[in-house]
Amino acid sequence: MHDKTIAEIIVGLDAGDFTSVEITQHYLRRIQALDSTYNSFITVNEASALAQAEAADKRRAEGNAPVFCGVPIAHKDIFCTNGIRTSCGSKMLDNFVPPYDATVVENFANAGAVILGKTNMDEFAMGSSNETSFYGPVKNPWNTNTVPGGSSGGSAAAVAAHLAPGATATDTGGSIRQPAALCGITGLKPTYGRVSRWGMIAFASSLDQGGPMARTAEDCALMLNVMASFDPKDSTSIDREVPDYTANLNQSLKGLKIGIPKEYFEEGLNLGTEQAVRDALAELEKQGATLVSISLPHTKLAVPAYYVIAPAEASANLSRFDGVRYGHRCEDPKDLRDMYMRTRAEGFGDEVKRRILVGAYCLSAGYYDAYYRKAQQVRRLIKQDFVDAFEQVDVIMGPTSPSPAFEFGAKGNDPVAMYLEDIYTIATNLAGLPGMSVPCGFVDNKPVGLQIIGDYFDESRMLNVAHQFQQTTDWHKQAPEDIEVGGIE
Amino acid sequence: MTIERADIEKLAELARIEINEATIAETTQSIADVLALVDQLQAADTEGVEPMAHPTDAIQRLRTDEVTETNHREDFQAIAPATEAGLYLVPKVID
Repeated sequence: MHDKTIAEIIVGLDAGDFTSVEITQHYLRRIQALDSTYNSFITVNEASALAQAEAADKRRAEGNAPVFCGVPIAHKDIFCTNGIRTSCGSKMLDNFVPPYDATVVENFANAGAVILGKTNMDEFAMGSSNETSFYGPVKNPWNTNTVPGGSSGGSAAAVAAHLAPGATATDTGGSIRQPAALCGITGLKPTYGRVSRWGMIAFASSLDQGGPMARTAEDCALMLNVMASFDPKDSTSIDREVPDYTANLNQSLKGLKIGIPKEYFEEGLNLGTEQAVRDALAELEKQGATLVSISLPHTKLAVPAYYVIAPAEASANLSRFDGVRYGHRCEDPKDLRDMYMRTRAEGFGDEVKRRILVGAYCLSAGYYDAYYRKAQQVRRLIKQDFVDAFEQVDVIMGPTSPSPAFEFGAKGNDPVAMYLEDIYTIATNLAGLPGMSVPCGFVDNKPVGLQIIGDYFDESRMLNVAHQFQQTTDWHKQAPEDIEVGGIE
Repeated sequence: MTIERADIEKLAELARIEINEATIAETTQSIADVLALVDQLQAADTEGVEPMAHPTDAIQRLRTDEVTETNHREDFQAIAPATEAGLYLVPKVID
């Protein structure tokens, strides 16, 4: 049953082949049996998942239920869930049970989805390996000695290990696409403003964007249909009609122009990764697409610009964690200053502290122009590179990450080496563009991701391209060997 | 630009994060490494480029001044570390 995609689950529920209760129980049993190995969940929603499934079955029986009704999914533990602990991977929020739902969570609830649980993640979404989580690292289901990527490593591993057919995630600098690539699944970061950020714990507000992770492009389209909405409660939400993202999946790719940025194939790219990506591009050419060489000249400045803008915004956003209204508070504070200083020292991990301090530095008097203003100017140059490129091409493609999954601790003491993991994904966040990662091969039995970058609000076309690619390839159908357990069929 | 131990102590004070004496040297070094990375920006020619704060240059939306939220004080305070009579409790600020 866990081999089914979301599209197949919907068909099965429609046909009455199984109920939402049955498939929900199935996934809960698998999580119980397997997740001690992968650590992909922080909280399993045993308490209310079955009640949600029963309600979904009842709603289906009554007729006129939404398409998604009864489908079980997992939420990244960054989305606030009313009555279910929401930790953001941090000790700071280990005891935080939100009194409200994020808009994304509410959208899925309205659609009748079942919440299997909350997935593990790098602390406050700061990381590319899931090693910064307070709840311990997530293991990559393809090789448990390697990282799943991050920050949405729990969502990626849960989908790859078939512990959930789909999961929500967020992407500030690559946190959907890079773990999707490393875990061999499909993930989509929408255009900035497409998915509401309300109730999604903020890291860098001008970059953060929620999106779906699943095994296929079609499933991502089905999830995005639920997730995307205009939300008056999010001041950066874009008031624009949400199309049916499944409508164009079957269009032919004849005449499609694919831009290949030369900067994405330079030094630092693993040779096996490059080969897998080039093979994927050749496959798309066979389907009638044309490859066009392009240049994104400011690519090298994306990581430096990001590591000013993201920490600066994080230092402001994370100032709210002060031990006063919710979350961790230190024991026996002797005065207010002592309470702030120790609460934040105890509640935050090393990487989060590092980014807050870097952000405070970049924003401090005398350095603001040299760092923050300069980074915002470079951000416009990076955006303009893409605007110019989309005059010539329909989509841009390249590798999602420079190499496949690495071993735990491999980059642990070198933050800069870890930051370069997102070298191909960060620029799209700075520009606010949508991006996807689609499985396109293996290097040493480790999955490789093909990145597809689209023009603003062109998610339908990206999904169309990814879906067509998945019609003639089977990389997305591969599953790790060790995810079967006796007695749970 | 070099960063020293005293700079880190000042930033930690500004950010209200107590820095452990045993790790301050390591923290200083790793922040210096990050700043060396971001210093690559200085080489970029940004003469006359308008800083970009929002990816699609959207402007702040306004709404009519109407009450839309109901009172959730009890729900919010139920998860607070310390409250009394509807107020959040913190250590004494004024003697």
